[in-house]
Amino acid sequence: MRELICIVCPQGCRLRVEEKQDYRVTGNRCARGAEYGRTELQNPTRTVTSTVAVRGGMYPRCPVKTSAPIPKHLIFKAVEALSGIELRAPVKMGQVVMYDVCGTGADFIATRDM
Amino acid sequence: MVDVAIIGCGVIGAAAAYHLARRAVDVLILEKENDVSMGTSRANSGILHAGYGARPGTLMAEMNVRGVALAREICDALNVAYRQTGSLVLAFDDADLEQIHGLYRDGVANGVPGLEILDGGQVLAMEPNLSPQVRAALYAPSAAVVSPWEYTLAMAEDAVGNGARLELETQVTGLARIASGGWRIHTSRGDFEARFVINAAGVQADKVHEMAAPATFRTTPCRGEYYLLDKSEGGTVQRVIFQCPTRAGKGVLVAPTVHGNLIVGPNAEDIPDGEDTATTAQGLSYVAHAARRSVPALNLRASIRNFAGVRANTDGGDFIMDWAAPGLLDLAGMKSPGLSAAAAVGERAAEILRQAGLNMSEQARPTVKKKRLRFRELTALQKEELILHDPAYGRVICRCETVTEGEIIAACHAPIPPRSIDGVKRRTNAGLGRCQGGFCGPRVMEILGRELGLSPLEIPQDRAGSFLLTGRTKQGGGRCE
Amino acid sequence: MSELIYDVIVVGGGPAGLAAALSAHEYGAQKVLILERDGELGGILNQCIHNGFGLHYFKEELTGPEYAGRFVQMLSGTGIEVRLDTMVLEVDAAQRVVQAVSKTYGYQFLKAKSIVLAMGCRERTRGAIGIPGTRPAGIFTAGTAQRYVNMEGYMVGKRVLILGSGDIGLIMARRMTLEGARVLACVEVMPYSGGLNRNIVQCLEDYDIPLYLSHTIVDIRGSARVEQAVVAQVDADRNPIPGTERVFDCDTILLSVGLIPENELTRTAGIRMDPRTNGAVVYENMETSAPGVFACGNALHVHDLVDYVTEESRRAGAAAAAFAGRDESCTAALEIQNGAGVSYTVPQYVRPENVERRLKLFFRVRRIYRNAVVIVRCGEKQLARYQRDHLAPGEMEHIALPRVLMDRAQGPITVEVQEAEQ
Repeated sequence: MRELICIVCPQGCRLRVEEKQDYRVTGNRCARGAEYGRTELQNPTRTVTSTVAVRGGMYPRCPVKTSAPIPKHLIFKAVEALSGIELRAPVKMGQVVMYDVCGTGADFIATRDM
Repeated sequence: MVDVAIIGCGVIGAAAAYHLARRAVDVLILEKENDVSMGTSRANSGILHAGYGARPGTLMAEMNVRGVALAREICDALNVAYRQTGSLVLAFDDADLEQIHGLYRDGVANGVPGLEILDGGQVLAMEPNLSPQVRAALYAPSAAVVSPWEYTLAMAEDAVGNGARLELETQVTGLARIASGGWRIHTSRGDFEARFVINAAGVQADKVHEMAAPATFRTTPCRGEYYLLDKSEGGTVQRVIFQCPTRAGKGVLVAPTVHGNLIVGPNAEDIPDGEDTATTAQGLSYVAHAARRSVPALNLRASIRNFAGVRANTDGGDFIMDWAAPGLLDLAGMKSPGLSAAAAVGERAAEILRQAGLNMSEQARPTVKKKRLRFRELTALQKEELILHDPAYGRVICRCETVTEGEIIAACHAPIPPRSIDGVKRRTNAGLGRCQGGFCGPRVMEILGRELGLSPLEIPQDRAGSFLLTGRTKQGGGRCE
Repeated sequence: MSELIYDVIVVGGGPAGLAAALSAHEYGAQKVLILERDGELGGILNQCIHNGFGLHYFKEELTGPEYAGRFVQMLSGTGIEVRLDTMVLEVDAAQRVVQAVSKTYGYQFLKAKSIVLAMGCRERTRGAIGIPGTRPAGIFTAGTAQRYVNMEGYMVGKRVLILGSGDIGLIMARRMTLEGARVLACVEVMPYSGGLNRNIVQCLEDYDIPLYLSHTIVDIRGSARVEQAVVAQVDADRNPIPGTERVFDCDTILLSVGLIPENELTRTAGIRMDPRTNGAVVYENMETSAPGVFACGNALHVHDLVDYVTEESRRAGAAAAAFAGRDESCTAALEIQNGAGVSYTVPQYVRPENVERRLKLFFRVRRIYRNAVVIVRCGEKQLARYQRDHLAPGEMEHIALPRVLMDRAQGPITVEVQEAEQ
């Protein structure tokens, strides 16, 4: 049995995950918490947020995020991949900045207009 | 070869430059830091003492009384924030009572106007937040508060306006006499030559003296730590509140600053390194404890900054204004009341050099009244007109102190432009307030970079080398396969 | 100077101001104006590029800029007027006149039927907590560092120590790590974290950054740039314990030691303040002691979640619109007092006749509780009790108090927390 703090929402539920009982989760207050408990022990993933350089915008950097959570061990690689990319304004919120980040199937997308 | 080289641009060096340049003397100022007023002159109580604190007959007494009279004129002419608040020296017991009577007699002998001994009731009526334990106080209505760095900068800028040359980031490393007369000054940025040299190097004055002559005095740096409180506390007292002086100095004071904050401190601690301006837990706790003796309900939770300054004490009791060697004049040992005395010290230094054969015009140039716009002090109508004339005054950069982009741009194009974020703070007050530049820092950096043609990566917080940023994000790195 | 007349003027265009303005419009205010000092709307959300926003309000996980972006999009077609780069200098609460300046509009006198104060908050600094030592460059509040890194694209250091476990500090620990800095530790003076648990997990634990609870920085060394920080353990009274010092070689210290509501305008306007929240004292509809002047968001009290800011600010905006419509306020109010274990509540006063069905009452507790009960009473009489299995000072709590209960109250209402009996 493993105890975890759920990071899905700010409530921070204290989850108990029974590895030997097919990753049964208790202590969660929602279905997303149960899902988190199961994945966290088997294939932990995170949504990654960062920035990319942008030319001609209001600021020299534009914030981005992965369109879906990616495996935790790929976080650094994913962020590194953003170095050297330069967008040109105008950028639209939701615009894909990089397809298929590190082969995860998730894209990096812009999280604001610029 | 210039007429006079001044080593150090603290308040003493700036005052000497101010007086000399006004009389058409060719002046060179050498300053090791990247701005003026970077040593003792920027970290002190900011008090213009009335002049009862020095023994009658000393240079200190004479310079103090003359200095504050000059300071009032100079601050008015050069538009330096100055406020005559008056001061009180509190007496809590018989020994204190005896002491304030002694100070009263000294003050009268020194020619300090308006001194009075007040009883406890009178004192508390004037300053209701003082301790009810106060039995009497010496009241000196002529004491004032000033912004010490603005005062120094204003005199230095006036000198530059009158033709003086200021070399920043130029550290003096040696002095050599020139056979035909005058001095060769070795510095980190090459040699300079001058007929006369003024040593106004503050805590380093003994070292400069010893570059040219056998030691005659020793600087014993003495650190003082302070609290600066939010403007919400600025009205805690209306006057400068002293306790009775001790051997260590004038003791812990509580005073309104000219910017409307409350200043509390300093302690006095002899330290080996004159550049060591660290604060300490013990020092601050001593200051807190001592200050509460004067003002029991002092709200130190409203502190916005702690800082420490180093007094340029010397082993002698009085100011040193003497020839170290022919043509090399020491202005040293400018401990308290050095700030109060500075303008008179500069004036006297000019006179000493004149008597030693330096040519100068008989009449000083009339000081041109300086205008400096402080947006927050204007009326609504004046603000409206100003913004119509120059929209940059409509963009508030520092919200704590309401400092506009226009004021920062003006500072960037003054005779002595800032080279750091804190340089902008000393000139405009941006970053001086309760958020301590957290909000305006990045914006000040942007404006300073733009106006001076620098990359933000090159702009220091304060001294040369105190860089804020270590690089850009998202540079280099490989792509994902 | 021209004087323009608005139904509702909102001071501040961050999440609170945006929600208040939109809600005021929704509830019938015709002319609504937002005054924002920055060059764009969204406030601090623009630099909070991490995700975790909007789970309550939008039922999905957004980043800060996305959350702000949704509200900015909602403005279109509403006719809500926005003045950017505009700094409010003074609010006259009695006349409801706002004085502001900007490059574009110059000096402005703006008249409103009602005003919403939504200025947000600022960070506590080194000076406020008095860390001894030298004063080199390299000491930043976490939010200032966040702006440099996320918006301006600059790194602020290479070896970083974080003081305080507030959420921005935790978020910046991860952010600096991902940008290539080494975050040595996060040091917290209290025996518990000041930030959300999820941030401890995903910002510190994910990156093996140690969290030292009951520790603080006792000395900073370095002349031009930070060179070292000395950290020591503290006792129960938060005094450093001699002999526990350890030295960290770092060039950067980030401070995440608390947020302070920004209320210069509120104070100068003579509006009654609550020393516990550092915000205005408000009624159930976020109205301050000045009729027709409302306050919301982090200027009122510091929130952990923007979702709650939105909700609270919508309440303020709706009430501001209603006030603009009738131009009067009602009277009889009950005080809501802090009982044992409660450090503050918002609102501090309630006028039950203004509450439709339930009053959402925000509060914070003084320490960590596991298995606690929140009790609402009037004098000796218990009005309601709410079970909570976890309460922490770092996490704002709320209860929904039914109006019927308040109608029964004869005097002040007290909110207190007790350990639940086993």
